[in-house]
Amino acid sequence: MSQLVFDPSKVMNIDYTKRTEYLDGLEAIKAAHKVLKEITYTPSLPDKGYTNRTLYVNVDTLEIQEKPVTQAMKDFFIGGRGFGLYHLWNAVKPTTRWNDPENEIIISPGPVSGMTQYAGTGKSLVVSLSPQTDIPIDSNVGGFYGPLLKFSGFDALELQGKSDKDVILFIDGQKGIIRIEEAPTDPVDSHVLAEILTHMYAENEADLPNISVVSTGAAAEHSLIGMLNFSFYDRRRKCVRFKQAGRGGIGTVFRNKRIRALVVRGPKVAGDMNHPVDPETIAKTGVKYHKEIRENDGTQCMMRRNGTAHIVEIMDAYDLLPVHNFQYGSHPDTHKIDSSYWQQRCTQHTVDGCWYGCSMACAKGADGLVLKTGPYAGDMVTVDGPEYENAAGLGSNCGVFDPDYLLELNFYCDTYGICTITYGTLTAFVMECYQRGILNKERTGGLELTWGNAEADLEMMHQMARGEGFGKIAGMGVKKMKEHFIANGWGDPQLINDIGMENKGLEYSQYMSKESLAQQGGYALTNKGPQHDEAWLIFMDMVNKQLPTFEDKAEALYYFPLFRTWFGLNGFCKLPWNDVVPANNSEQPEAHKVPEHVQNYVDLFSATTGIKITKEDLIVQSAKVYNFQRVFNIRMGKGLRLHDAAPYRSLGPVTKEEYESRAERYDQQIVSEMGLDPKGKTTEEKMALHREWRTGRFSKLMDSVYTRRGWTLDGVPTLERLRELGLDAFPEVVEVVKQHL
Amino acid sequence: MPSLPWFLSPEPSGDASAMKQLVIDFQKCDAGRNCNHECEMECAIKVFKVDDPAQAALQIKAYEDGGGHAILCDQCGDCVVVCPTEALKRNKLGVVMIDKKVCVGCYMCIGFCEKEAFMRNSDWITPHKCTSCGVCVKVCPHGALSIVDVPEPPVRII
Ligand code: SF4
Ligand code: SF4
Ligand code: SF4
Ligand code: SF4
Repeated sequence: MSQLVFDPSKVMNIDYTKRTEYLDGLEAIKAAHKVLKEITYTPSLPDKGYTNRTLYVNVDTLEIQEKPVTQAMKDFFIGGRGFGLYHLWNAVKPTTRWNDPENEIIISPGPVSGMTQYAGTGKSLVVSLSPQTDIPIDSNVGGFYGPLLKFSGFDALELQGKSDKDVILFIDGQKGIIRIEEAPTDPVDSHVLAEILTHMYAENEADLPNISVVSTGAAAEHSLIGMLNFSFYDRRRKCVRFKQAGRGGIGTVFRNKRIRALVVRGPKVAGDMNHPVDPETIAKTGVKYHKEIRENDGTQCMMRRNGTAHIVEIMDAYDLLPVHNFQYGSHPDTHKIDSSYWQQRCTQHTVDGCWYGCSMACAKGADGLVLKTGPYAGDMVTVDGPEYENAAGLGSNCGVFDPDYLLELNFYCDTYGICTITYGTLTAFVMECYQRGILNKERTGGLELTWGNAEADLEMMHQMARGEGFGKIAGMGVKKMKEHFIANGWGDPQLINDIGMENKGLEYSQYMSKESLAQQGGYALTNKGPQHDEAWLIFMDMVNKQLPTFEDKAEALYYFPLFRTWFGLNGFCKLPWNDVVPANNSEQPEAHKVPEHVQNYVDLFSATTGIKITKEDLIVQSAKVYNFQRVFNIRMGKGLRLHDAAPYRSLGPVTKEEYESRAERYDQQIVSEMGLDPKGKTTEEKMALHREWRTGRFSKLMDSVYTRRGWTLDGVPTLERLRELGLDAFPEVVEVVKQHL
Repeated sequence: MPSLPWFLSPEPSGDASAMKQLVIDFQKCDAGRNCNHECEMECAIKVFKVDDPAQAALQIKAYEDGGGHAILCDQCGDCVVVCPTEALKRNKLGVVMIDKKVCVGCYMCIGFCEKEAFMRNSDWITPHKCTSCGVCVKVCPHGALSIVDVPEPPVRII
């Protein structure tokens, strides 16, 4: 594949300052707000990355309470996802479900979060019991809310209870005020709501970047796949933009609690607000990294030009791009939605980081989109991205290759508050069911959900937002749709289960794992369900060929989920780790780990907190939280081997068409892997051979990975492993495990 | 030649016909061999109020073979493009100036300056750069430095 060359003269001439404004109703909406509770507190800045207190808010009882962060919490859970899981464990019982009042949403930025000198340091982690999986979900999100929450005085925010009216939680870190307001007439959808709230709570124009809003939209209320938008103010575009805590339905929990929005007004950000112990090391590491981006990004991933969409054409070329519900790996129309198009369509002459100091700047924006459908038809909007996941999920996986429709789908997912990845995968499933007669016009209430029918696709999404028709059924997600279709006798149960791409109740993200054993495990052998947060191994395995043996793959499934967990403990983004690498990286031992960058992370953590760690300590820090989360799953009734099972579509060819599309490769594997002769065998016979070989191989992988992780063959962490990690300090954790040994 | 798209044209705030730029003549400067780096010292003291030539916005280095090299800001404006906070802007003279009240100390300007001319003092959280003020010009014993008027370069996509 030839390296794409950026040609600035081809960038579309779109004015990025123009869009529809929604501020008209601001005064009336503000006047309707009613203060339900207000307290004052003393704002404080972090010391060595920690403010050493968290904020607890109950939206039902209106209790607002500060809690101390103990040394043990820091030692054991670090922050971010660790703090979220710790608080959630204490809040729920094994019987708690997502819509019980005791379920919490915890937002925690992590000790490094808010650093401004290195790329990808403004993340916060959101944890809750998922409506899709009934176990904890965690989501790593950009935008300014997390850092501004910390600079207002809190290492985490715990939200509990269920309100009987729509409420907004406002934290004013400049004045030291926390307020719960009733918000009876606020708009519902994020792009309108966040714009209004940002202007409502900012005291003047210079104050706009100090505001961040967490919100969701209409579809989060009527589906289980709701997400949260975390805003940041884009100074050049003069508009409010979003990053999403997407997976697992946290937006649905948010609306179930009747929270309309969280608003923080933080102090004006400066470069030393974490009060790190060693700012000099942070400065040097940051400058070194920025230089690396300047020198290498243009010839490596071009993240600054394309964002993550740069891999669309690579995935297509390697037969790994999900097409038509993960059946095929490439499509002749991919060029219409690949990065050579997006770098012309996205605005280039601006700064696209989702936090200060992000020189990787992948948060591309497509400006000037005039919407064709839905409640905002005719409006001109700025759309995020699209990121790779959206181009693949909303695009190729559903056969949608019209970039304007793709942007419109992306826009409505965002403003309606639903996860683009989940929506893409569930729509791909629905469309395949339609094509195979499991669904028809009658069953979908008239929606003709054939491959590539973007208008029907959008109408299904609008229905989801209105809580009507087939859109409401689709909003239950793939797992519950499968059950529904099977219960109605609409098709062969085995086929429906094979092609419905979910595990633990969560939809797969957008990589074709069929030919990558490492990614099959990377998806299914996860704590929270199939996403690419824990183990994005497909590139390493299939493109860079860095995991040639079975042992390499099993080892990668031990190391990378732990390594990547660590980003979520600290408030780091994962992309700057390996989306650009030092020029000499390939000459380093263990190049796939990007050793120089691992050292950067070790240095940044030590320089912030004053706790000297090594790269081995980093893995131990993660292992504590990762195993704690596994036990948490078991406590909630999942987390065992049977819950790690993968739908067959993710392991191999389900249908004849799929087999025949890659017959040469599959026939060859019958010879080389099974020692048999494909000649004279029917496709059905060959498919059966593959099924046996592939499921067997996956099962063997499970054995190896569990063993390497220190788990039993049923996927339960052993007492020895718990002791090694110090988890035996928590008697409740030991109790959960004992019942399964 | 096709006209440049609007976003690649010179920023409307600057005067496209004149931008103040510090330049050096290496026919005259002998890279500090017969002077005391007066330029650096004067810049550090007068402009940045520190008694340390290493903090000057220009740095003159001597090569072993007799030649020299100067780290100078040519006011190219690349740093303006990458700054996330709009802390960097051209003033009326086309000179790129930093607003320290707005700056968040991310140092992207430093990392993206190809001339390595954006400076950082370990004691300060905001970085600093040349303002084309001409203070150094006046003290050079060899008259090697001057401030010239050049056209403001087009904005680059960085
Ligand atoms: S510019 Fe002038 S003062 Fe500076 S090093 Fe050269 S000769 Fe010396
Ligand atoms: S500091 Fe560097 S990037 Fe900025 S104007 Fe000067 S030479 Fe250009
Ligand atoms: S350090 Fe300051 S001036 Fe430089 S890019 Fe960052 S915010 Fe802008
Ligand atoms: S022109 Fe002024 S700021 Fe620039 S190097 Fe000379 S003295 Fe320093």
